[in-house]
Amino acid sequence: MKNLQEIRSIIAKSKRWDLAFQIVGLLSMLFGIVTLMALVLDLMHDGLPRLDWQFITSFPSRKAEEAGILSAWVGSALVMLVTAATSIPVGIAAGIYLEEYAKKGWLSDFIEINVTNLAGVPSIVYGLLALGLFVYRFKLGESVLTAGLTLALLVLPIVIVTTREALRAIPNSIREAAYAVGASKWQVIWDHVLRYSTGTILTGIIVGLARAIGETAPLITIGALTFISFLPEPPIQGQFPFISFKWLLAPFTVLPIQMFDWVSRPQEEFQVNAAAAGIALVLMTLAMNGVAIFLRYRLRKNIKW
Amino acid sequence: MTERPLQLPSKQAQLSSKLVRDLREKAIEFVLFLAALSSVGVTFAIIGILIEESFLFFQKVSIVEFLTSTTWSPLIADADGKFNYGILPLISGTLVTTAVALLLAVPLGTIAAIYLSEFAKPRVREVVKPALELLAGIPTVVYGYFAFLFVTPLLQKVYPDLPGFNMLSAGLVIGVMIIPYVSSLSEDAMRAVPVNLREGSYAMGATRLQTALRVVLPAAISGISAAYILGISRAVGETMVVAIAAGGQPNLTWNPTEPAQTITAYIVAVSLGDLPYGSLEYETIFAAGLTLVLMTLVFNIGGHFLRKRYREIY
Repeated sequence: MKNLQEIRSIIAKSKRWDLAFQIVGLLSMLFGIVTLMALVLDLMHDGLPRLDWQFITSFPSRKAEEAGILSAWVGSALVMLVTAATSIPVGIAAGIYLEEYAKKGWLSDFIEINVTNLAGVPSIVYGLLALGLFVYRFKLGESVLTAGLTLALLVLPIVIVTTREALRAIPNSIREAAYAVGASKWQVIWDHVLRYSTGTILTGIIVGLARAIGETAPLITIGALTFISFLPEPPIQGQFPFISFKWLLAPFTVLPIQMFDWVSRPQEEFQVNAAAAGIALVLMTLAMNGVAIFLRYRLRKNIKW
Repeated sequence: MTERPLQLPSKQAQLSSKLVRDLREKAIEFVLFLAALSSVGVTFAIIGILIEESFLFFQKVSIVEFLTSTTWSPLIADADGKFNYGILPLISGTLVTTAVALLLAVPLGTIAAIYLSEFAKPRVREVVKPALELLAGIPTVVYGYFAFLFVTPLLQKVYPDLPGFNMLSAGLVIGVMIIPYVSSLSEDAMRAVPVNLREGSYAMGATRLQTALRVVLPAAISGISAAYILGISRAVGETMVVAIAAGGQPNLTWNPTEPAQTITAYIVAVSLGDLPYGSLEYETIFAAGLTLVLMTLVFNIGGHFLRKRYREIY
């Protein structure tokens, strides 16, 4: 009888431990989420009153109450344009090669190890690379083009990896069916494999661009300015030849750098501006990440091979 | 009803179209190959630029001074009118913030991962994992704002002597930032452990917690250590949080409540000014960058061996 009681007490003790761990686990899981909420609420509390139309359409100024983020968000948009235009085709092409063409061998192994390692290189090192290579070797200047290319290198591994995963998820029967009716390898990939994996690839691209839009350090290194009170020449013009590429070589600033500049100033009014710029930035990245997560969720649900 | 003759291209035309097609295929493959090779190009460019500029730096400053001198003041002369090029203060700043970040992120991230993989219902997991991923998506400059204007004042209420710039709040915020990396990867690793290992453990009368800690955790240790390594890499390379919240003075100290500068924060601070190309200041940031890359490399290689050593095969 005594033995049974002992066993019961052991079981009860184990159950108490289980319960205790569940509580600790729940708390540590919530810790991250609560901090996220605190961060967003703190930012909202500080910056929301400042975030109005005037703030969005004004240039930076020495007077905090007149300053705005016009040149910053226009700069961010232009830089993203360059980043997307270069990283998406190169990344997808590299992903296709590695997944569909590369034969098992030292070269493809080498490229593969390279891609994984690049994903772990600190972002500021890309800034140093861009400073040495784009700014001083290729003489592209401290321009929108340099910034866009720098961020493109940064997101390239993300695009490559997601493209590969997307292609890998397409069952071989699809490829075999296309080959059976006489399609060439490229026709199989372009007309079938890529079409079915577009959604997943898109998810990866959005995640990559969401990361790029918030990057600050590599752009500071290449010499982005913090005070820009003009806009680059618009890419679409009223007169012939209608398209201008002068904006590519214009000096620029971006939202994160504008925010960094304001945080680093001692005056409290500028820190309110920083919070407002931060809200704009967080909303943009959260929206992009949210779209990506939603897309992934939807795609996973709908696909039945 | 008229019968239309089937129009077949001549043998010649067939041949040449096949040739064109083959050529096009080859050309496409070559272009794709170049795209894949670009990643290798980037790696070589990074290594090349860092080594080249650092080489110029080390021609002017001896490596011994760089590694052993305990002051770093490459821009401002000290009392004796001397510039100092000892990287140690920047390394100590980097290591202290990283340590603080890991002390927060490793326990919390691991416990959250165990909870998510072994205890939580699938619905909870489906909501929490993306929410944690959002945490990783927030721009680091915003985290810097948070560290400087929210966490530091909060800590000062508990510990009034804390200076406005300190490594503690920077490290804590970096820790929050890397929790998702640690927990998400660890959870993947634990979920990859086959169910029959768990069932065996339950059959022996083990509780959920005992199974999680003594069966699943050891079986997934190689994946979990990979998650930790990624966390370390992120913390070492993190820039904006330390540039905003940790202060701008290189300071050889192991006390997290003091202000200090990290390698990354130094690079940012110097780049903000106008750097004359080819000057010694210009070269210092590449030497600092090379040190940073070597440090992450050491952690990655260490991690690789750890993973190999503890890999479970099932």
